[in-house]
Amino acid sequence: MAERELEESAGFDRHTIDYIQRAAASGLYEIRGLGAKRRVPNFDDLLFLAASMSRYPLEGYRERCSTKTLLGTRFASKPIELAIPITVAGMSFGALSARVKEALGRAATEVGTSTTTGDGGMTSEERAASKTLVYQCLPSRYGFNPDDLRRADAIEIVIGQGAKPGGGGMLLGQKVNPRVARMRTLPEGVDQRSASRHPDWTGPDDLVIKIKELREITDWEKPIYVKVGATRTFNDVKLAVHAGADVVVVDGMQGGTAATQTVFIEHVGIPTLAALRQAVDALDDLNMRGTVQLVISGGIRSGADVAKALAMGADAVAIGQGVLVALGCNSESYVMDGQHVSARADYTALGTAPGFCHHCHTGKCPVGVTTQDAELERRLEPAVGAKRLKNYLKTLNMELTTVARACGKQDVHHLEKEDLVALTVEAAAMAGVPLAGTSWIPGKAP
Amino acid sequence: MANMNSAAERPATERPAAERSSPVERQGAQPREFDLSRDALRQLNLFLHKDAVRDGVGQVRVHNPDGAHSIACGLNAELDVQIHGHVGYYVAGMNQHASVTVHGNAGPGAAENMMSGRVHVKGFASTAAGASAHGGLLIIDGDASLRCGISLKGADIVVGGSVGSFSAFMAQAGRMVVCGDAEDALGDSLYEAVIYVRGKVRSLGADARYEPMTDADRAALKGLLTAAGRVEDPADFKRVASAKSLYHWHADADQEY
Repeated sequence: MAERELEESAGFDRHTIDYIQRAAASGLYEIRGLGAKRRVPNFDDLLFLAASMSRYPLEGYRERCSTKTLLGTRFASKPIELAIPITVAGMSFGALSARVKEALGRAATEVGTSTTTGDGGMTSEERAASKTLVYQCLPSRYGFNPDDLRRADAIEIVIGQGAKPGGGGMLLGQKVNPRVARMRTLPEGVDQRSASRHPDWTGPDDLVIKIKELREITDWEKPIYVKVGATRTFNDVKLAVHAGADVVVVDGMQGGTAATQTVFIEHVGIPTLAALRQAVDALDDLNMRGTVQLVISGGIRSGADVAKALAMGADAVAIGQGVLVALGCNSESYVMDGQHVSARADYTALGTAPGFCHHCHTGKCPVGVTTQDAELERRLEPAVGAKRLKNYLKTLNMELTTVARACGKQDVHHLEKEDLVALTVEAAAMAGVPLAGTSWIPGKAP
Repeated sequence: MANMNSAAERPATERPAAERSSPVERQGAQPREFDLSRDALRQLNLFLHKDAVRDGVGQVRVHNPDGAHSIACGLNAELDVQIHGHVGYYVAGMNQHASVTVHGNAGPGAAENMMSGRVHVKGFASTAAGASAHGGLLIIDGDASLRCGISLKGADIVVGGSVGSFSAFMAQAGRMVVCGDAEDALGDSLYEAVIYVRGKVRSLGADARYEPMTDADRAALKGLLTAAGRVEDPADFKRVASAKSLYHWHADADQEY
């Protein structure tokens, strides 16, 4: 029978049947890496209006457009000054190799931005390579210590992650090698399950006190960020501000992870677009825009995404998955001794292919990015990775300033919501900008 | 650019106190007094972090703490801090090398994330005492509330009284001694930490189990009790450790996840 005559069920399509049969065979949920694969309203659903009769553009190649970004100006005596508003998101040593962490630090330093530690502590490589390093304080507290706290340039208290708000970290045993185990005080090879709640505080009132403790320990020098996974974002941002955060980081549901249950990745949290608007609304409601800075993350890929995020009210963005892709994630090949070497057979062995791989959790990354295997991690040379990432970040920044100049802005932070329209009703409602060609913002009185 | 080695990769006990002065050098220095009904907390902590080390002050006495939070947190020198009264959250948080004594009760998170040194609460301690502590010795003469020793990472804790529910939850390394009773879910999801408990245990947590006391256990326990100034007999204690059935995912154990 020809396939076109067969009717596939909408409710029980091949994907769903495969899911049910896999569950029936294994009795375990799927765990995987990276972020949501389903399509949700995102920055692609917004457009810039740019200059017109009433808006005066800047010359693209002649007039300056500042990208300088200050973070942590509220209470810290040593705020962070970045050359660009694009930062590297927190990713753990353990999920990533030490060589990758070094590459991230090198690239971030070269373009004048920050990088961030992760669940697993600070490695000497990333501290040495990073001019500006944000040190995460996570529920697990793996490797967390006051010496590294003092060496950090800022502190990020992680409440949640966009890929799995409400869930703790995971690192499967094959990635818990001797060094990772030592840093996390765990037995080698154990399937590590991180805590989902902080051990020594339990709510926003406690967080006020926790933040003050960290300030006391570091003599009020370092900016303190609070990172939340995007869920009840309007309230969470307000609570973070009340708790004393200098910077609030909001991570939307498209954000990545090294390993989490698929049900978490695809079904928990709200899209970055919706979360960003709620976060900005919260800061506006408190009259704290400009006093508390906002960093948005979760599926930021391009300079256009960055520009749209800034126009909606973010002060900076943080990128995780895009950074890994720049390093070579999902590439057909890796570079060794200056030569491109095919990794296709390794993708096949994992049951996947370049462009589709989400097997970070296995530790068998074909291009040496998300691995602790000594042979595989050699596939990412820090200098090569750093150069690729530097190019990526530079490209994003050039795209950002291109759009900003076209909108007539001498500073990318002058981009504003009025510069945006939406392509879909959903995006218009989530972002709070008019549907293109209309003055209609769903949910707002005309 | 910072060019410093990470401390996360060295055991807490091997980490040097960059600024510490020897007790011998400080013998002649007079104790310094702070009265928190008059002096600001910031003033006290800044003194403990910088001036005390620079001036060779060995002992600092704190009066009228009145439940203030974050007293003597972030210390990194062999100081002797005596706090006369009750303290709030996070007393001696992230302590390194110092000896901090609370002549009263302590609020949540006493000695949280301690790396080394000694913290002694003469009264009772609230929730999460010794949370995620990597090293050093925490002594609580009275009872400790919920989640004592949660996420413990190598420190020792001796509780003279009883502990609340979920104590030693996800404790990864280190030892916890409970001279009294333990409430529900003791040692839930333990890794390599060991608990010695003398009294009744309302219930063990997931994957925790009783194990026989060995001569090595009794010797270790005797050392901990002596260090804490206690006289209980090690023969009266039970050992609780991980059954390690949650170390790896498998379908038959899914109810525990």
